Amino acid sequence: MTGIVKGLRPLSGLAAGLALAPVVAAGLMSEPAQAQDGSVLRIVPHADLRNIDPIWTTAYITRNHGYLVWDTLFALDENLEVQPQMAEGYEVSDDGLTYTITLRSGLTFHDGSPVTAADAVASLRRWGARDGMGQKLMSVTDSIEAVDDLSFTITLSEPYGLVLDSLGKISSNVPFIMPARLAETSPSEQIPEVIGSGPFRFVEAEWQPGNLVVYERFEDYVPRDEPASYAAGGKLANVDRVEWRYIPDAATATQALLAGEVDLYEQPAVDLIPMIQADPSITVQTVDPLGTQGVIRFNFLHPPFDNKYARQAAMHAVSQADYMYSIMGNPEYFEEFCGAYFMCGGPFETDVGSEILRGQDLDRARELLEQSGYDGREVVILDPTDVPVAHGQALVTAQALREIGMNVRLAALDWATMTSRRAVRDAPEDGGWNIFPTWWLAVDQLNPITNISVAASGDTAWFGWPDNPRIEELRDAFARETDQDAQRAIVVELQEELYDFVPYIPTGQYYQPTAWRSNVSNVLVAPVPFFWNITVD
Amino acid sequence: MFAYVVRRLLATIPIMALVAVFVFMLLHMSPGDPAVVIAGDFASVAQVEEIRTQLGLNDPLHVQFLNWAAGLFRGDLGTSIYSGLPVSRLIGQRIEPTFMLTLTTMIIAITLAIPLGVIAAWKVGTWIDRAVMTVAVLGFSLPVFVLGYALILGGSVRLGWFPVQGYTSIFTSFPGFLRHITLPALTLGLVYMALIARMTRATMLEVLNEDYVRTAYAKGLPTRKVLIKHALKNAMVPISTTIGLGLALLIGGVVVTESVFAIPGLGRLTVDAVLRTDYPVIQGVILVFSLTYVLLNLLIDLTYVLFDPRIRY
Repeated sequence: MTGIVKGLRPLSGLAAGLALAPVVAAGLMSEPAQAQDGSVLRIVPHADLRNIDPIWTTAYITRNHGYLVWDTLFALDENLEVQPQMAEGYEVSDDGLTYTITLRSGLTFHDGSPVTAADAVASLRRWGARDGMGQKLMSVTDSIEAVDDLSFTITLSEPYGLVLDSLGKISSNVPFIMPARLAETSPSEQIPEVIGSGPFRFVEAEWQPGNLVVYERFEDYVPRDEPASYAAGGKLANVDRVEWRYIPDAATATQALLAGEVDLYEQPAVDLIPMIQADPSITVQTVDPLGTQGVIRFNFLHPPFDNKYARQAAMHAVSQADYMYSIMGNPEYFEEFCGAYFMCGGPFETDVGSEILRGQDLDRARELLEQSGYDGREVVILDPTDVPVAHGQALVTAQALREIGMNVRLAALDWATMTSRRAVRDAPEDGGWNIFPTWWLAVDQLNPITNISVAASGDTAWFGWPDNPRIEELRDAFARETDQDAQRAIVVELQEELYDFVPYIPTGQYYQPTAWRSNVSNVLVAPVPFFWNITVD
Repeated sequence: MFAYVVRRLLATIPIMALVAVFVFMLLHMSPGDPAVVIAGDFASVAQVEEIRTQLGLNDPLHVQFLNWAAGLFRGDLGTSIYSGLPVSRLIGQRIEPTFMLTLTTMIIAITLAIPLGVIAAWKVGTWIDRAVMTVAVLGFSLPVFVLGYALILGGSVRLGWFPVQGYTSIFTSFPGFLRHITLPALTLGLVYMALIARMTRATMLEVLNEDYVRTAYAKGLPTRKVLIKHALKNAMVPISTTIGLGLALLIGGVVVTESVFAIPGLGRLTVDAVLRTDYPVIQGVILVFSLTYVLLNLLIDLTYVLFDPRIRY
């Protein structure tokens, strides 16, 4: 027997040796420091950069990419006021119909060509064909014309109160200024090249979709003199290189941050935050002061939610706290209650009409459901199980509706399939739907024009296609009004109508924390993650 | 042998054609419309239609297939609907990490599994046999992601020996490559090792009862020689087959392992493409996986000659 063991020894020794070779070698050989000149900011972004054209897509990740590469004519500051950015200044004619905008001189694109008024005109036209707020602006615009190399005019057909708000729109789609040769690309096609005039240059050769995106400092960028404030002010590129390292698995990304393999984790999973907070070298902070709004959207084309009493019943049945605990868990990261359709903390915050949402009232909900004539038919809730924020809202809604006697079916699917299915107008039993969950950043919900979930223009409205002429009248009146106090009065009236009509249930306002290591400083507080001004030791 | 190889290679063509048709039809019949996803929240029905036309999704299915197939003949796998990058570039970026992960996993698994299987068969019924089989059952039962997290916790977080995630090319830094590949390869290797070890044990048990093994012992040959030269060599044909078939298992595991360790390989490319219905990328990746699988099985078939002189092609 001893002989046999002895005989096998070389075999097993070889096996063990080969198997452990990498481990032993790894222990013996230290990895040489990666040759890297200058400072690098390594970020785990919230999503993978799948496409590079921020006008072609509304994806937030492409918007964030856009802010690194491109610049805007105007930009929103932390007081939610629009400030000139690429624009030197602007003039408005006495009748309020002509805006003349002058660009700062000396701005150049990454390919070395100067930024001209022709570039701005072409960029605004393309953005106006694609973006919701842009389309609204274009509907009252007679012409956009270059006057000379640095100035251009926007001529309106009627007074419009949101011209600068539109040009300084902070979230998707942002009116970024591109070279005219790129901006002339059809809005339904992606631009073929990423050339901007922003503080960082996109390194196309190093782009690996699903893994890595690299930006390098644009040496010829001319920042403004004012301090950075939200999207406005001086954008100082303090690092030579920004790397987005997409790590799809939240646990792995958390460990990578703890191990110092990355510097900043944009949206750590809430349940892993205590683990991150246990490391004193890591800061966990909410950098978006406005937060995010959860949304439960109804389909107005089919019963039972084509009836407002059924929608009101659903609103009485739910509780914002249930939604928020399912999404964020920790009350530190959400508002106890927010009844403002246009966000708490925003310029148009009001709680008028919100009593229906404030307290869960199942008896009242059952009464309203009976009043709606609900016949026990199946209600299909789309449930994107791969997106926790949406999945949690779907489950909470299903439970609440079951409690008031609705026959609910959760249709489990992935997010991409849901985005296709929510566009289907057929009856739920034929592949359509009754309810889908989603969310919007607060900056997208701050007023009745950017908040497209309140639009009620029927066929042309957002998915769900609500039709309510009174709501549309009030939205139009808001857009035409130039005085903010008068706009506030319109919003109060509008919100009363919204709580009666219930285009969607605002399921609460929550705040997503960001985490970064101690070598990172000067992270900007803003509703969009901006990567200028940040320094890395 | 040469004629056999040529014949098998020619047989690959109809197989790949069938795979191409199957993959194309399956994808285009499954739910999901990339045009709607691309169009975003503000698009009108007309704009969605325009995007669909731009992408060629409004063409009849057979026209879409023929366009894609014509591209394949030119060596063009198409362009990603989302990134606009050629599928061949996306696959090219991802081949090395997946290839090296698979290769390292196979080296670790085979070099551990075969000796363990031989020992278990030789020591059948003893605690050694039971220990080996326990490890094998555990390897088979433990989900890849659980083992992956456990190894990250131990090897990276607690001990700090290995990086948590990422990949370094073997051509950039060999030590860096080893540091990055070790944990993923061990994670992926366990299930593969379990499969091969079990098959080795079973086949060896059968062979060890053959008359020629008894004769070899009777001749006074040392146990090492009997086990390796006489028994194992004869057991290698089914073991080789298992190694080949196990590759499918390995490819499935690669997808999870690459996600857990954030390795930019073909597995993650596949998952990302499926989640956003990026048809050309899914089709391209599945074709590459299928071709690899077919060719590796041919290679395995050819190795039979090494172990069994009766086999002639």
